[in-house]
Amino acid sequence: MSNCISIPMNPWNHDVAKDEKDLVDVQIDGVWLQMPRGLNVVEAAHRAKKFIPHYCYHPKLSVVGNCRMCLFEMGTPKMGPDRKPILGADGKPEIAWMPRPQIGCATGITPGMGIRTDSPLVKDCRNGVMEFLLINHPLDCTICDQAGECKLQEFSVEYGTGESRFVENKVKKPKNVDLGERIVLDDERCILCSRCVRFSSEVTKDNVLGFVNRGSYSTLTAYPGKRFDNDYSLNTVDICPVGALTSKDFRFQMRVWFLKESKSICTSCGTGCNVTIGSREGKVHRLTPRENEAVNSAWMCDYGRLNFHYLEDKERLQNPLTKAAGEHFPAPWGDALNRAAEGLRKVQPSEIAVVASARMTNEELFVLKRWMDELGVTLVDTVNRPEQGDQFLRSADGNPNTRGAELLGLSHGGRKLSTWGGEIAAGRMKALLVLGGEDVVAAGIPAACLAQLEILIASAILPNATTRVAHVILPGAGFAEKSGSMVNVHGRLQRFSRSIAPPGQAREEWMILRDLREIVTGGNSLHSIEDIWKSMATVIPVFAGLSWGKIGDQGVDLTHSLPAEATAK
Amino acid sequence: MSVPLHAGTESCVGAEKGEITPVLEKQADELVSRYPISKRSAVLPLLHLWQETFGYIGPRGVEWIARKLSLQEIQVLELVTFYPWFRQQPYGKFHFRVCRTLPCALGGSGKTFAALQKLMNLKADGHEGAMISEDGRFSLEYSECLASCGTAPVVLRNDEFYEKVDEKRATELVAGCQ
Repeated sequence: MSNCISIPMNPWNHDVAKDEKDLVDVQIDGVWLQMPRGLNVVEAAHRAKKFIPHYCYHPKLSVVGNCRMCLFEMGTPKMGPDRKPILGADGKPEIAWMPRPQIGCATGITPGMGIRTDSPLVKDCRNGVMEFLLINHPLDCTICDQAGECKLQEFSVEYGTGESRFVENKVKKPKNVDLGERIVLDDERCILCSRCVRFSSEVTKDNVLGFVNRGSYSTLTAYPGKRFDNDYSLNTVDICPVGALTSKDFRFQMRVWFLKESKSICTSCGTGCNVTIGSREGKVHRLTPRENEAVNSAWMCDYGRLNFHYLEDKERLQNPLTKAAGEHFPAPWGDALNRAAEGLRKVQPSEIAVVASARMTNEELFVLKRWMDELGVTLVDTVNRPEQGDQFLRSADGNPNTRGAELLGLSHGGRKLSTWGGEIAAGRMKALLVLGGEDVVAAGIPAACLAQLEILIASAILPNATTRVAHVILPGAGFAEKSGSMVNVHGRLQRFSRSIAPPGQAREEWMILRDLREIVTGGNSLHSIEDIWKSMATVIPVFAGLSWGKIGDQGVDLTHSLPAEATAK
Repeated sequence: MSVPLHAGTESCVGAEKGEITPVLEKQADELVSRYPISKRSAVLPLLHLWQETFGYIGPRGVEWIARKLSLQEIQVLELVTFYPWFRQQPYGKFHFRVCRTLPCALGGSGKTFAALQKLMNLKADGHEGAMISEDGRFSLEYSECLASCGTAPVVLRNDEFYEKVDEKRATELVAGCQ
């Protein structure tokens, strides 16, 4: 696993112990347990299924200990005159409890340590901290986007008093601050935990955020004249425990408790950051990063996070279309597929070429491959999508599944594709399938050249220059509308599940290819993603022993079984 | 530091003017060299140096110090706004600080402040930061404890310390500003 970590090693990672095997005895709420030496107390409690509330502590950022919410009662073993722990009746060390509470985030566990997370003292501390935090808070939950996932709200219910004794005037601070291109700040909601400040200095390393003034007047701000426009800025909205930092894209769109959350991956580049899709009633409202240490830790880029609005595009292809008398008309699926099959039957398999897409899933590509093999079609390639990557999560490969397409033998890096314009012009290539929404016109085959084809079949989710001249258009599904798996640039196989239904008659592409296959070659197997995996695991050596279920939510590292030339990248 | 306090104040009212001389650069480098482990620790000494040289710390100073210590500007600005001693606009040639912490407040520092305010012809209420006279000659602000509670009320005029400043003494102090 070590060689597939794509992001720079996080120097903090408080949720991971230095040595997971070096265990010491600790007592957590009266129960003796074994935990790795030095583990952060907040994390140790978490592993013991106890919860120590916290605001400023974040496992992937440095510890500052400024919110005081994680106060706990700490004890150390009582020592006898021989400097050995005095053992109690149960054979365990007796614990001497310190009179004052400690902060869990800045305390590592030591042998024999006692931790109380729910004693009267601890409850009293939390209550007091909550009261202080709420003194200047505007209490505007009803119009706040964070409501429903707000730590201030949750802990207030859990540990607060429910009413305020504060009769003085609240401090007024800037509201509706335009912090950057994608972020709005409400300084009155801010509890000064400094997570965003630490994120921008420790993770993205171009900190423009900081606190000015002091005491009750401390205010989060960007340096005057500077904007918080980093491509990772929206991660601060995720880690903001309150509603101070909000995403311009998501604010006021949907109450978070209405969102249906499904586990997915981002398909905007080759990294494949793990994400959670929040959707409601067939509409995707937001993507948030899902933690995976082997891929994206707890972060994702703003570009990928916001790159889902095309699912809502008014131009979405919703019906299969067939061309007659130079115009496209809606057709039932059966008619459209028959028209496609008919066109393919009229030409020799050697005259058929397929533009697969490295944006398609392994499952879609495998059904395609099966169909091509049965028919004897060998001409296939994908369209390259080079991008300006960054040194963090954005990959230089704009395709999410280049490795998968290579593994299935359907990609030749666009080298074959570049010669196809000539083949078509020479009349040697008569049928072309363009899948996955690829646009071969943009890839260098002129529309006039495509017009010479006897049949051009395109599957896409949005119209493009290729679909405009296609004889048959098959409407496909976007990443949130289908299930499947992909292999990221680091050789990690990851899966994602359908979150919403595709619009209109549009379908998941593996189903389209499955039905086309049945009509063209008569092959009928592969009726579900699981079927496809059963078959794929026997045919593709790298996938041997794997199944849809075994991929799991965190994916599977394939680097040890990948063929050499694929790993050489 | 050999640089006299408030040197250059008159010349830089309204803008952080003045040349960054090789002498200043040298002084700054010397201050930075005192913190071999963490350059960042030199922020406060440099802020003092800048304020003593130019009278106040504006964006030019923040950016110069940030560059000098390889910091982000915000990291310097945080400190400038945190410490009341640092100021972001030029003060008067004679800057008065009147202690308002409890012993001085009980000793009548409010009256002293009001007397000074009247003598300097300043309008605002004094609790929102320093007030500056229109001619740039005087400025006045409250401060917290100046550490001489036994001789309250106390006043700081530029760098000079005055004890038991009642209204009469206040008049003398203003008159003594030459």
